[in-house]
Formats: sequence, C-alpha cells, structure tokens
Amino acid sequence: MSKGIAITGMGIISAIGGNVQENYASLVSGQMGISSITQIDTIHKDEIMVGEVKATNSELEDMLGLSKNTHSRSPMLGIMAAKEAIDQAGIVDINDCKTGLISSTTVGGMDKSEQYFFEYFESDKHHQHIDGLHAGDSTQKIAAYLGLEASFMTTISTACSSAANAIMLGARMIKSGRLDRAIVGGTDALSKFTINGFKTLMILSDTYNSPFDNDRKGLNLGEAGAFLVLESEEIVQKENRAVLAYVTGYGNANDAFHQTASSENGDGAVMAMKKALKVAGLTPEDIDYVNAHGTATPNNDLSEGRAMLRLFGEGKVPEFSSTKAFTGHTLAVAGGVEAVYSILALQHNRIYPNLNFQTPMSEFDLLPETESKEKELRHVLSNSFGFGGNCSTLILSKEA
Amino acid sequence: MKKSVYINSVGSVSAQKTFDNSEFLEEITDYEATELKVVSPNYKAYIPPAAARRMAKGIKMSTVSSQTALKEAGLENIDAIIVGTGLGCLDDSSKFVSDIIKNEEQFLTPTRFIQSSHNTVAGQIALGLGCKGYNFTYVNSAVSFESSLLDAQLQLENDEATHILVGGVDEMVEHHVRTHQLIDHFKNQPVTMKTLLSSKTEGAVMSEGSHFFVLSNEKQDSTYAELLGLEIYNELAQEQLPDQVRSFLKYHDHSIEDIDLVVLGNNGDINFDGYYQVLSAGLFANTPQAYFKHLSGEFDTASAFAFWLSSKIIKTASVPDIVKLNALHSSAKTVLIYNQYRGKNHSLVLLKKC
Repeated sequence: MSKGIAITGMGIISAIGGNVQENYASLVSGQMGISSITQIDTIHKDEIMVGEVKATNSELEDMLGLSKNTHSRSPMLGIMAAKEAIDQAGIVDINDCKTGLISSTTVGGMDKSEQYFFEYFESDKHHQHIDGLHAGDSTQKIAAYLGLEASFMTTISTACSSAANAIMLGARMIKSGRLDRAIVGGTDALSKFTINGFKTLMILSDTYNSPFDNDRKGLNLGEAGAFLVLESEEIVQKENRAVLAYVTGYGNANDAFHQTASSENGDGAVMAMKKALKVAGLTPEDIDYVNAHGTATPNNDLSEGRAMLRLFGEGKVPEFSSTKAFTGHTLAVAGGVEAVYSILALQHNRIYPNLNFQTPMSEFDLLPETESKEKELRHVLSNSFGFGGNCSTLILSKEA
Repeated sequence: MKKSVYINSVGSVSAQKTFDNSEFLEEITDYEATELKVVSPNYKAYIPPAAARRMAKGIKMSTVSSQTALKEAGLENIDAIIVGTGLGCLDDSSKFVSDIIKNEEQFLTPTRFIQSSHNTVAGQIALGLGCKGYNFTYVNSAVSFESSLLDAQLQLENDEATHILVGGVDEMVEHHVRTHQLIDHFKNQPVTMKTLLSSKTEGAVMSEGSHFFVLSNEKQDSTYAELLGLEIYNELAQEQLPDQVRSFLKYHDHSIEDIDLVVLGNNGDINFDGYYQVLSAGLFANTPQAYFKHLSGEFDTASAFAFWLSSKIIKTASVPDIVKLNALHSSAKTVLIYNQYRGKNHSLVLLKKC
C-alpha cells in the first residue's frame, strides 16, 4: 500500500453549473441539467435530450477574454475548468515546479470541423480551425492559456474512461517522482458527430435518462470540462496547501469482449475495481459510496451492476448512484466530472440521488440511492467504462 | 531499485519496406510527391479477407506490426497495450462527418463511428489477443507515441508489468491532406527523397505508418536496446533547446560526447527545421547525425519510425548510408532521438546498446 496523492484544486463546468459550487448546489437539490438541445442545429433535436452547458461559445469567449472564433468549444470548456482548479489550489506561477498537463477528449475540435468540413475548400474564412481537429490541439490551447512552458503535456483518449485515466496517469507520475504537480482531467463538447454516432448505435434516450432502472431507454449525451490539481507531498508541505481529498486507488483493465459493448458479467469492471482496491490497500468493505458509471444504457447498467455484485457480494453493495441523470454522459470527461462529485461527496459527507429511478432491474436486486443523503464517507469509488473495452476505477479518500 | 527497460522486438509498416524484420532498409522506395502511402505488406497473411474489408487501414497496419513484434518477442500475450495516435482511424471519422453533411444526418451506419474512436486500435488488439490488462491510448499530436513509451517505462521500471506492447499508428487521409495543404502545413510542391531537406518550402510531406514494440524489464536474445530515458516538452523556444538537451543528458548521466548518433526529425519545412539546425550545427556538430523523415514522411507518430530505426541501428551496429546527415562514423551504441512538430510537442529519447 502506497500513500495517496493529494488533490489541491478542482474545477468544473457542466450542464448543472459553471463552477464547483453551482454543481454541488444542483446535486444536493436534485436539479437536473437535461433539456432539449439549443446550441447545435441537428435534425434530431426533437428526439433527443442532452446535458448542455448553458453558456454559448460567444459567452465563453467573453468570459475567457478570447478573440472570436479562435477556439472550438472543447478547449474553452477545458480552460474554464482548469482555470478554476488552479485558482482554487492557489497556484500563482504554474511553472514554479515540475508541472504536467494531462487532458483527455474524444471529439477535440470536431464541433468546428463538422461545421466547416467542405467550406474550407471554398473560403479561407475559417481556416484557423483546420488544425483544431486533433485531440492534442485542445490540450495545447489549455496549456497556452495557463502559461505552461517547457513542460510535460499529453492527452488521453480511451473513450468514456478517458478523464479517469488522465487522473490515474497524473497520480502515477507524481508517485514516481516524474512530476511535482499534475493538472488532470478532460473536456468534451457536444457535436453532431457524437449525436449521430450514438444515434446509429441506438443507445440515445428520447427522454430523461434513468440509470439502473428496469425501463431505462439509453443515455443523454452531455458536455463538460473538469480538472483536478494533484500535487506531491513536498509541494503540499512547502505551499501549505489545503488538501481536498486524496487519490488513493486506481485501476485500469480491458474487458476484451466487444468493441462497443461490455461483457454481461462485467469482467473488465471487476478487474479495474479490484486493482484500484489493491493500490489503495483497501478491501471492498472499506468503500462507503460508489459513484457508478451508470450511463442508463441497457448494456452498461446490467454489466456494471453484476460487476458490483461480484466485487462486493450479494446484499453487501454499498450505497451507490449514478449522476448521469444530472449531467448526461459527458464522454471523455465523465470520469473527471464524477471525480469532482466524489471529492465533494467526501467533503460534505453527502451521497447524491440517482434521479429518475422507479423500477428495480429484473436481473438483480440492486437499488440505487434515490434521495440526497448524509453519510460519513471515508472512501468513494468511481467507475468509468468506455468503448474498446476500457474499464477504469478511481478511489478517492479523505485521508492519504 | 528501478528496473531497466528493454526493447525486445519491433514491428513496422511504413512508407518504406520495413515490415520484414529480417531486412534493414535494403529496398528503398523513392518518390516525387507531396504525400506518401505505406508499402503494404501481404495483409491476407495476417487478416482473413472478409474481416479486412471493413477494417480501417490503421487497424490493418497495426495488426501486422503488432503481430510482428509479438512474434519476434516470442509472446502470445502481453501484460498491457499502450498505443499512441495523433488522429486515430481518421479515414472513418472523416467519412462519417462527410456522410453526416451529405445525407443531412440520415441513413448513417455505426461502423464508421465505432472505428472513429481514438482507442479502436488498442481495443482491437486487446480483443484479438484476449488481453484484459492495462489498455491506454494517447492522442497528443507528435508526442502520442512518446507518451505511450513513457507510460510503459513507468510500469516496467516499477515492475508493475513485465512485457508491454507499445505502438504508434496514424493513417493518411485525403481530406486531412488537402485541408492542411490549404494552410501550408503540408507541401503543395512535390519533392523527392533527396530534395526534401533542400526544398526551401513550407510544410511537410504527409505520410502514415504503424509501429509496435515489445518493451520489457527482462532482457532476452531478441533484445535490441535499452531505453535509458525520455522526456516530453509541450513547447520550447529554439534558444532553450541546447540547455534542455544538456540537462536531459545530464539527468541520465550522459554528456554530449557520449552520444554516438543523434537522430533528428527534419521534415523539410523551412519554418521549423531551424530547431534541428540548432542541434546539428551546434551541440552535435561533431556527432554523427541521422535523419529519417525523407524515408517515413511526416505524421503524428513518425517518431516511432525513428524509434524503430534507432533500435535496428543499435542491434545491427550499423548506420545505413541513406539516413546519414553527415559523414562522421558512428559506433552506433548510444543514440539520442530528437523530434518536434511545428515548434511544439518536442521529445528526447535516449537508447543504448545492452
């Protein structure tokens, strides 16, 4: 068992708020962020609901002091969140120690690419976005905004487990001494690309998503940016930082079952959770709350439910809920959004409601928490699973 | 005590005939072009034709290079799979976007969307091997492959894994090439292998490729070299470069004089080759020098070709004439690779004979 890595800052922008405080207020008051889509002109707008960030691109540009139409939406959401995280940590000079930026995304600058895909050949009006498609560009723009120089920077894209993996890599790099500070998380904006992609997979719900419900109809796509600041013990001591929580466990495994579906028994999920417990030096009984991946697709919730039963045992699954009913599925960022929520849960000893739940699933006897509830929490486990069989688990704890 | 990290095998599909590990740049493919395709291996020998038809080129190339690497290392399975890719299976994402626009969001099928996910190659390899271990995909432009190397190095040094399959893959796609020609990131005037560096024009020659390696903390007969260290920098000014190289080498207990060969990522872009010039005319003026993008072309994971090249150079103790940038003789024991793309995403990788 090794010591946990300190989290000294966090930031988030999602469908339920433009900062950490707003997100927490929505979570405890049961305020959903799911609505009809307003910012993308798609023919599916009457058949889908999404977790949209309220601010328009123009409003984000103004808030960040950026010139008009230089950034696609993903980097702007990322900058909003990363900036809040850094401010909270109290970092004045980002280059004052070995700092790394580890972001994650699935779409990168796709929102602009799909808009100007053919127009690029007709006019040079939007050529600034040609090089904005690739995932690394969003990270580079975040780094530039933060003023990061001659530093480690990378981007992870493991579908819907991406940000969890970014947090994991950051913790590992600090643990091994490669970095003193890691700014970790992810960003993904809504796009026609993902809306239509998930539409072809027939896993989009036409109403409010209802994780772990027997009659769940699929997911609502969402968008968000979420970042954490992780710092080494030395920096925490030297700067006298207030530590929000610790990353104590992490595990990554591959289901190796199907490119887009999870195995029925959740092999990969069980392995990821077990690995995370091992790294944290904990047993399943130590987990006080599970923030589930819970996308509300038929496949995920069945697989994840079975995996929890296998890990914790029948009748011994701790309180769990999915917060996807609040935010929608924010793809790459889901693990980052839910890490922020897990830290807030630890800070406030608060379990969030799994909204829209009515009927227990027929396959097993599992009931998510449906009310906001107080409970003394020491260790929270957060799952993120994605295409390509990716399964990731983080354990966040009050103490190192 | 940190364990040493070895390169135990290689696998390459590139714009040169590199898929056969028993050869080393014996047949060179010259060109007069603005973009280069890979020299295709016999895919049928690796993939059933029915499956190959729907398969993205990135997956096909990676099936060959990853199987080549696993076979050479004598492994049937692996502890972890880590892949770097700048753009993933870009052809599928590009066609999916095009279909969305042309068909006004109707009549779409999921295959192209599924293959568009950046982690498709890593996922497909895991699926093919039944590998349930650690599985990561890095997507950060020119350091996508180096990020994968660094991740593998961390795990192997700390003995969290024994054998890791590490790779880099990118496809060349029409829309990407044409749009990037519009902004002069890629050349609009054809060049040949010989004229690349003297072209005095903007942009690079776009290409594609897939490279896989088995990295391990156990040395074996097939071992090529030891990976001593690597570093990634989001951006550097040219003036900072010599100091960064010096401190990188110092950290790994090496000096400039210890380097037997420096492998540089010159791509003939008049705006950015200055970075390499700083080293070739300065710090490493008296060091044997090599380059490789006249052979591989430029793509986000082109530096994996340099990693392949350097591994082969160390194992065969020979530097092919075609890659030499100066006339100095190299003993090919300690090799430093330096790469960057458009002034961003710099990497240093240090390899040594073992």
